[in-house]
Amino acid sequence: MSSGSGNRNTNTEPWGSFDDNLIQGSSSAVVDMENMDDTSGSSFEDMGEMHQRMKEEEEVSAEAAATEDDTVEDGEFLGMKGIKGQLGRQVADEVWQAGKRQASKAFNLYANIDILRPYFDVEPAQVRSRLMESMIPVRMINFPQKIAGELYGPLMLVFTLVAILLHGMKTSGTVIREGTLMGTAIGTCFGYWLGVSSFIYFLAYLVNAQITMLQMLSLLGYGLFGHCVVLLVTYNIHFHFLFYILWLLFGGLSTLRMVAALLSRTVGQTPRLLLCGTLSVLHMLFLLYLHFAYHKIVEGLLDSLEGPNLAPMQRVARDVPELTLNVTMRTLGTLMRAH
Amino acid sequence: MASAEEASRPFAGLSDVSISEDIPVEGDISVPMSSSRRDDEFSTLDEPVKETILRDLRAVGNKFIHVLYPKRSSALLRDWDLWGPLLLCVTLALLLQGGAADSDDQGGPQFAEVFVIIWFGSIIITLNSKLLGGTISFFQSLCVLGYCIMPLTAAMAVCRIVLVGGTGTVSFAVRLVVVTASFGWSTFASTAFLADSQPPNRKALVVYPVFLFYFVIGWMILTFSPSQ
Repeated sequence: MSSGSGNRNTNTEPWGSFDDNLIQGSSSAVVDMENMDDTSGSSFEDMGEMHQRMKEEEEVSAEAAATEDDTVEDGEFLGMKGIKGQLGRQVADEVWQAGKRQASKAFNLYANIDILRPYFDVEPAQVRSRLMESMIPVRMINFPQKIAGELYGPLMLVFTLVAILLHGMKTSGTVIREGTLMGTAIGTCFGYWLGVSSFIYFLAYLVNAQITMLQMLSLLGYGLFGHCVVLLVTYNIHFHFLFYILWLLFGGLSTLRMVAALLSRTVGQTPRLLLCGTLSVLHMLFLLYLHFAYHKIVEGLLDSLEGPNLAPMQRVARDVPELTLNVTMRTLGTLMRAH
Repeated sequence: MASAEEASRPFAGLSDVSISEDIPVEGDISVPMSSSRRDDEFSTLDEPVKETILRDLRAVGNKFIHVLYPKRSSALLRDWDLWGPLLLCVTLALLLQGGAADSDDQGGPQFAEVFVIIWFGSIIITLNSKLLGGTISFFQSLCVLGYCIMPLTAAMAVCRIVLVGGTGTVSFAVRLVVVTASFGWSTFASTAFLADSQPPNRKALVVYPVFLFYFVIGWMILTFSPSQ
């Protein structure tokens, strides 16, 4: 890939061969060595970087030469013309060029969304089928299961979850003391998706499981489909029996799907237990948390609390045992009265 | 070909520029046109401020009309501007103020919240449509999405008026109908402009985030309740 500095072969490739500019100039040896030891990323990036650097060196040397000529000519006029003279204009030009170069370099580096383009290359039919499949666990765990590496479906599911959460928070009259409804919803959902994916990927890296970060993001993202369905139903129909049944059913199915996919890619009893146990606990508890933290529980119960000065989290901790008891007693009571 | 050679004789000094003469050149590059264009540029600098503002307002108004009757025209796309979206965003955010924001309950959206939702939502939808292979540019898409908030802003104004009358079930039903209608209108209008720039089998993938975006804005409008 990188040629030695003694090679004088002048190949004229379309991107400009190495040798033409690396030999000229006093700093070429330093540049050459840096490029040879550069271990960043793919070789394609290295070539692009080198080409960029060569182009810049050309430009800088051309401008330096131009400035030198001008300063030699206008040296005597410097005192008389100052900023408005030829020198001033040249300096302003150079500053502008340097700024433009910096900006375009930064833009090409950070705003290059083409990096993400292959992950959004999906058809609507594919997205639909993957949504359905996310609820169907596959029993084959002796051979690595295929996990689609796309980001469109997971991203849309996270946004859908944000919208559903907002709806639930608003209809339950949740009070957020420090922050905004929107910020909390977005932070929770994105935090869960990105954070838990990274954590499970880290664990998978420790136990040497065969899964990439993209696949983990994709798997967990599609696992949120079950959460969306459950929350959509239970934020509108306030029966806690219904919630528990749906929690076990949909939450359980999507967790089983993710667990089966991970099992098929992990070797060894303890690593499998660790990875799948962590994922199932986190996934199921998240659904539980979403339901109880952002949802008005029972109207009578709120009167017994201290008032609206509590953060939602504190309400949850106290309510869960009372809640199930109250609801159970109440439904039993109505059933008995009906008979 | 002969006329091209005649025109290029004054430019003989530029013969080291690598454009070969047998490639037909398109567009107005002859000298007389460029000098008059330079005169035009200076003349817009010298015109009175009222004319400049009126011209911009007329352009914005023209685009509002295009949103009201969404048909396949390229007016919104060709001369995109962000004045209209900014006006609409500020109006919507101001109308959503004064909703239980004075009391301890912070359930009403703050001004900054509405701004952030609209602009970051638009940016994300634009990035999504670009990543899915859309041919529309970044700012054109922002322009379209911003202008299509107009029906929802109108619905917000109607809701405020209805809420003056009371907050009963009837008013809720009226508000629901109005907001749903304007939400549908917004989504339809923006897809009329955006979906054309996508490959035909991926239209649904682009429409869904737009649907979600206007749904969230519509939800904010519907759940707005004025402070007692």
